[in-house]
Amino acid sequence: MSVLIFAELDEGALKKSSLEAIYYGSKVAEQTGTSATAIVLGEASTDELTKAGRFGAAKVLHASDAKLNDGNAMAYASVVAAAVSQEGADVIVLAKSSLGDAVAARLAGKLKAGLAANVIELPDLSSGFRVKRSIFTGKAFAFTELTAGTKILTIKKNTITPEETEATAPVEAFTAGLNDVDFAVKVTHTEKATGDILLPEADVVVSGGRGLKGPENWGIVEDLAKALHAATACSKPVSDLDWRPHHEHVGQTGIKISPNLYIACGISGAIQHLAGVNSSKVIVVINKDPEAPFFKSADYGIVGDLFDVLPRLTKAVQAL
Amino acid sequence: MKILVCVTSVPDTITKITLTDNNTKLNKAGVQFITGPYDDYALSRAVDLKEQLGGTVTVLNVGGADAEPVIRKCLAVGADDAIRVNAEPTDAYFVAEQIAAIAKENNYDLILMGRESIDYNGGQVHGIVGELLGLPSISPVMKLNIEGTTAQITREIEGGHEDLEASLPLVLGCQEPIAEWKIPNMRGIMSARTKPLKVVEPTGNDTLTQVSSYELPPARGACKMIPAEEAETLIKLLRTEAKVI
Repeated sequence: MSVLIFAELDEGALKKSSLEAIYYGSKVAEQTGTSATAIVLGEASTDELTKAGRFGAAKVLHASDAKLNDGNAMAYASVVAAAVSQEGADVIVLAKSSLGDAVAARLAGKLKAGLAANVIELPDLSSGFRVKRSIFTGKAFAFTELTAGTKILTIKKNTITPEETEATAPVEAFTAGLNDVDFAVKVTHTEKATGDILLPEADVVVSGGRGLKGPENWGIVEDLAKALHAATACSKPVSDLDWRPHHEHVGQTGIKISPNLYIACGISGAIQHLAGVNSSKVIVVINKDPEAPFFKSADYGIVGDLFDVLPRLTKAVQAL
Repeated sequence: MKILVCVTSVPDTITKITLTDNNTKLNKAGVQFITGPYDDYALSRAVDLKEQLGGTVTVLNVGGADAEPVIRKCLAVGADDAIRVNAEPTDAYFVAEQIAAIAKENNYDLILMGRESIDYNGGQVHGIVGELLGLPSISPVMKLNIEGTTAQITREIEGGHEDLEASLPLVLGCQEPIAEWKIPNMRGIMSARTKPLKVVEPTGNDTLTQVSSYELPPARGACKMIPAEEAETLIKLLRTEAKVI
């Protein structure tokens, strides 16, 4: 019996959502009187690997094969499955992310595990193993019993607040035989914004809608985002119009986010948009239309002209 | 080209979720059920590929008889036949097991579905199906072209996208802009009535997970309005009151 956490790297650093998963896994280990091991795949610095210890891992397994650098979910699942077997893990924790989903699914298939996605709280172990998870993009929650011997949980981002300690964890090299079949899909080209804060990982998100009137006006959104160290996002019409790339589209059919602060600029707040952002802790709506439905779901609102209000907010942030 | 498209029957995106039976069930009364929006993209691309390359499109749903209107609509959009596995879709593994069982009997070149169902948002069925069949699974797919037995795929990643190349058969989770949604025309609707819809019983009966009850999120408090001429106050409140910056 033990807990294994799959920790993801982005540009060589452990992702914030993975630190949350490590912390979550360590708390489950505490609850069950076992230990938590984190596994990291691909090349990483010792500093990053030991960071897993500060967030609660008792041990870090590192599969450093360069073939594992580019986030191949099938190969990752095979390596993690080998680690599950070596460690005798019966609870596997991952961050709910594009890669985490794929690894969790392939693992569930390999291990015939019970799988709960979008978990938002520590499990209730009083009678069995029960988790609370977000469903209907945050419009409801389901309490789910995991009755299978092996349990896999994906943790919704920014719902667990990890604590960092001075603890250290030993790093062990982990080698698993890589299977050619897992490398059958060839990546021919990758295009990724570098240096920017990844939208699904961001604590603060500034988002623009059709109220911005055109892609040439995005500077005022980007300026405010930059001042707040925030990621930028957009509504579905904006991505449909090609004003902004699809990976910035938040909503029911786009990215679902749960930042600490979501600032919606010129977005009216259709229910499909709300579905993607309603787990945000604080929502600010800025819109010139006082009747915009989004105000009903917001914590703070300003009725005003974006082209006047946003630059003034940026200045106010810079003056802090 | 033999394509299987797996579709979900889910509450319309504008549905307000309510609970019933002492919070142990989602209230279906008055709820309009639709084809999962992502599944609709998968189906539309499948029909385009059939028109381009020839072949067949089979629609598969794991669900009760109440899912049949959604299945008929998929047939009206251009699928040739349909299979309904007569069971409640209890969790991702169970649904994947049903899809894999059907796929093993038929050699599909492509198994397409939405990146996730919009009810439980797990996004995991395609991955489990891929694993159970020993096939690659890729999601979320934004672009799909087939040349011979090779698929050229564009997949969204966090902060961008990547182009992939893989040999068929493949299991793919789809999302926009892979195709334009198709709206059934009168001829499609008429012909859908007579297209074959086979009902089969499920395989496997392991319970790996079980939902015991549901809960609705608490309502947000009232929105605090700040006059536009005092916009700067917002930043102060976000720091001192909400403590988020």
